[in-house]
Amino acid sequence: MIINKTSMAGTLESSDVLVTVAPGNQGIQLQVTSPVIQQFGRAIHRTVLDTMARLGVEHARVTVADQGALDCTLKARLECAVYRANGVTENIPWGKGEQ
Amino acid sequence: MNIAERKNRLRRTMMFLSAQRPNLIKDPYLFAPDSLIFDLEDAVAENQKDAARFSLYHAIKNLDYHGIERLVRINALDTPHWAEDVRVSVASGIDGIRIAKCETAQDVRVIEQAVISAEQEFSREPGSVLLMAALESPLAVLNAYEISKASPRMFGIALSGGDFRRCLRTTGAGGGVDMFTARGLMVLSARAAGIQCFDTVYTKLDDLEGFEKETRLIKDMGFDGKSIVNARQIKIVHDIFAPSKAEIAEAERVVMAIRENAEKGIGIFQLDGKMLDIAFMEGAERTIALAKASGLYKGGL
Repeated sequence: MIINKTSMAGTLESSDVLVTVAPGNQGIQLQVTSPVIQQFGRAIHRTVLDTMARLGVEHARVTVADQGALDCTLKARLECAVYRANGVTENIPWGKGEQ
Repeated sequence: MNIAERKNRLRRTMMFLSAQRPNLIKDPYLFAPDSLIFDLEDAVAENQKDAARFSLYHAIKNLDYHGIERLVRINALDTPHWAEDVRVSVASGIDGIRIAKCETAQDVRVIEQAVISAEQEFSREPGSVLLMAALESPLAVLNAYEISKASPRMFGIALSGGDFRRCLRTTGAGGGVDMFTARGLMVLSARAAGIQCFDTVYTKLDDLEGFEKETRLIKDMGFDGKSIVNARQIKIVHDIFAPSKAEIAEAERVVMAIRENAEKGIGIFQLDGKMLDIAFMEGAERTIALAKASGLYKGGL
């Protein structure tokens, strides 16, 4: 998918994460803030890159404002933001590309 | 559990959680309700319906709910959301769907068709996704029996008090007398159809005394359980539904006596001055099952 417009998903509540995706042209450019960045910074990076690859997103500026979210919450917010950037809210190919 | 066992499983408490709130859905098994209801409907704002579905999908796929039943309340048929709600629910692997604002048997059949399509699309076992219906209007309650019989997937009907009282134009100030007819009709309908019946939520969270009173009432009326909006309410319901020591002891004696007499070819007999036959078996077995679930029975049955 191509990121045509800036879109967001998530909140700044505890255990959530606010994800912003915006158009880019230099691969996945990632900015992360998290209270647990020392322990989970690498895991967050990996989840973002894996999810973008799974959705076929090659270029995007991704901002992750983590509030201690579980990995499954991060995936949910990333996917929601990417689909929103494409104006898609229905007929989602649930599970596509998952192992 | 096979599908028949899943339909009949114990459901004293069914706790609502907004599917959109990560802090609620990450570890609700700690409170040990019998069922969890991930809400895509009223607890989710109109512009967050999509976000709630992604949140639901990844939670169900990735988190361990320790054997607690996982249901999803989907948006009603008069919204643009229900079809995608069904798809994501089935795709994620949930156990069943709660149909909001169900008014007729036809409503159940529409959802059933969508579930069948989704089971095929996402390679789930045909017939594995169960259904229940929330009855929220006078028309729905009057159709309770037809709704209960509308699909072999149906395991229960639940009263939804907020909307129902709005339709009746009552406030609940009378201690529940306004709901008496609806509750009675629903228990009769569910039993006639051979499915379960659940009472509405109690939204005055600090009024635990009122909650306890209402729970005793609906238990005595024959309901199987209650929808729950706060974890504090769970223990109260489970305690009220737990059989007493005397009830457990009697149930155990009844089960054993019926079995022993059946082996001797005796169908009807007396125990402690009371006539007993096979008709008492089901109730006694249910008491033992409730006692086991409540951690009160360690016997051999």
